[in-house]
Amino acid sequence: MTTPVLDVRGLTTRFETRKGHVTAVRDVSFSVAPGRIMGLVGESGSGKSVTGFSILGLIEEPGRVTAGEVMLDGTDLRGLTDEGLRKMRGRKVSMVFQDPMMTLNPVLRVGDQMAMAVRVHEPMSKRAALDRAREALTIVGIPAPAERLNAYPHQLSGGMRQRVAIATALLHRPPVIIADEPTTALDVSIQGQILAEVRRLADETGTAIVWISHDLAVVSSLADDICVMYAGRIVESGPAQTVISAPRHPYTHGLIQSVPSLHEPGRKLPQIPGSTPQLGNLPEGCPFHPRCPRATEVCRTEPPAHRTDDRFVLCHHPLETP
Amino acid sequence: MSDPLLRIENVSKRFTQTSGLIIRALDRMAGRTTRQTVHAVTDVNLSVMRGEVLGIVGESGCGKSTLGRVVSGIYGPSEGRVVLNGKPVASGGDGRVQKLTTQVQMIHQDPFASLNPRMKVSETIIEGPRQHGLVQGQALRDKMAELLRKVGLEESYGDRFPHQFSGGQRQRIAIARALAMEPDLLVLDEAVASLDVSIQAQVLNLFMDLRHELGLTALFISHDLSVVRHVCDRVAIMYLGRVVELASAADLYARPLHPYAVALLASVPTIGTGRASFHPIKGEIPSPFNPPPGCPFHPRCPHAGPRCRIETPRLTDPEAGHSVACHLFDGGTEQTTGKAAA
Repeated sequence: MTTPVLDVRGLTTRFETRKGHVTAVRDVSFSVAPGRIMGLVGESGSGKSVTGFSILGLIEEPGRVTAGEVMLDGTDLRGLTDEGLRKMRGRKVSMVFQDPMMTLNPVLRVGDQMAMAVRVHEPMSKRAALDRAREALTIVGIPAPAERLNAYPHQLSGGMRQRVAIATALLHRPPVIIADEPTTALDVSIQGQILAEVRRLADETGTAIVWISHDLAVVSSLADDICVMYAGRIVESGPAQTVISAPRHPYTHGLIQSVPSLHEPGRKLPQIPGSTPQLGNLPEGCPFHPRCPRATEVCRTEPPAHRTDDRFVLCHHPLETP
Repeated sequence: MSDPLLRIENVSKRFTQTSGLIIRALDRMAGRTTRQTVHAVTDVNLSVMRGEVLGIVGESGCGKSTLGRVVSGIYGPSEGRVVLNGKPVASGGDGRVQKLTTQVQMIHQDPFASLNPRMKVSETIIEGPRQHGLVQGQALRDKMAELLRKVGLEESYGDRFPHQFSGGQRQRIAIARALAMEPDLLVLDEAVASLDVSIQAQVLNLFMDLRHELGLTALFISHDLSVVRHVCDRVAIMYLGRVVELASAADLYARPLHPYAVALLASVPTIGTGRASFHPIKGEIPSPFNPPPGCPFHPRCPHAGPRCRIETPRLTDPEAGHSVACHLFDGGTEQTTGKAAA
């Protein structure tokens, strides 16, 4: 196997609140090799977005990354100063957000802001920077890219804006892109177009992608590997097809089973009882035990240890693989 | 066949955008007209049988929510009429909309916005029946308790406020509020779209249980094709304000006919089929301000011919119970000169 370009070890992020510490991300480890897409899946509040923000050093007060290392292309991002991090962002790792308007400046033309992003890291003429921007727009499949450079963000549709945001992330050909729910706000047909471009990007340019999503169907059709998060922890990870076809953690199993398309129409859907616990008030032992059909006494008291028989599972009683 | 509970007859809904005073004055000086008209819903005909759940699917801007609001009486139709229980309740032209609160109830997408944060859950639920004098006194409290139980919440939750509940629980409260009026028809507009998958399954199960228990009739509006397939009997697919295909859910998903339906179903990522090779639909949805002439889908359609650019296809039934609005099924896409034969 090729050496990973992004290697996250024991990442832990805490938020200070009036009621005490909240650990939003706890001991998260994963790695991504060039050209691979890693799907980070979880429901709201599972810590998947905070993980993405923590990798890039974007956590702000009252939050703090308290432990772990983030090795990116041989550099530990956690050892860098703010200035050092700023030099890495955009050049070595970029982020794509759910709402492209978080990336785009509404009062600047697309070309101007993309050229600015180019010249922050590499001094060159504006003309050369615009050429680079046009190239990036072509890569993400924007028709008539030269004309789009003159457009303002409000003149573009949601799908086009998200492509521009992805193109902006690509300007310096960073080895790693972190994408946080980038197609969630888009229509199915536009989502299909973007997924196709992203897959092609990873395959053709060797970019490693961390794809954060709540949508199992999207992740299972796009990603090479999957990490499933629950209550701030990775509870299961492995190759996408294996995790989806033979989940070992009861939560992963329940999540997959609650997808309607796997069942005969009109049948009752298997459901996970209860709701996601609040991070400030996690149950003792395994955080999933109150909702888990396999829970026993040990689950109520002991937090489960990692098991890595064939893949990573955080559970006292994992399901057997067939 | 029994009479349908709801008939939507040739309903169109247009919105005209008017600009502010200054822009209007400037335009007047320049001799321009600024009125822009959105054709949100165009010539829709649908009917829903008693006890049936009809799904309305489509992408953003296809007019599915507008149609739901016309049926709920929030908007009056620009043309056509809505007939409920054999009585016309809203018709175009005179803009007359009959009060439908006791007959049609709507459940909205965002349970954080649709519940009054300052009202106790119990007040929210019984406000409707009390206002309309449906039940009074002790019966009111009994009814509230019964409704809470029905949607899977504890009776004591009635004394709490909406912020004390999670998204899934709030959606249960919204369902209880709608059921409190004992409506003939429920309109669910993206009712599970904002919920996590595991919670979505709970709410869908609740809906299916209640449906069988109470014999509900519903219009289920959603962008999520797999959810619609799971809970609906028949499904209408909308594109740019028009119904382009209508069939039983089983039929539609097994053999979609309209090129848009075929492409849409193909671009839905499915779980467990392995890494997909994507075949996305080319291009984007045209602006409803300026829909293309002829068939609304022709600029993106791989089968478009000359006729599609000129003539808008009507819904026809190539098979019993399966309607489609496409020239491929009504004589071909080549331009016909003069009157069409057959």
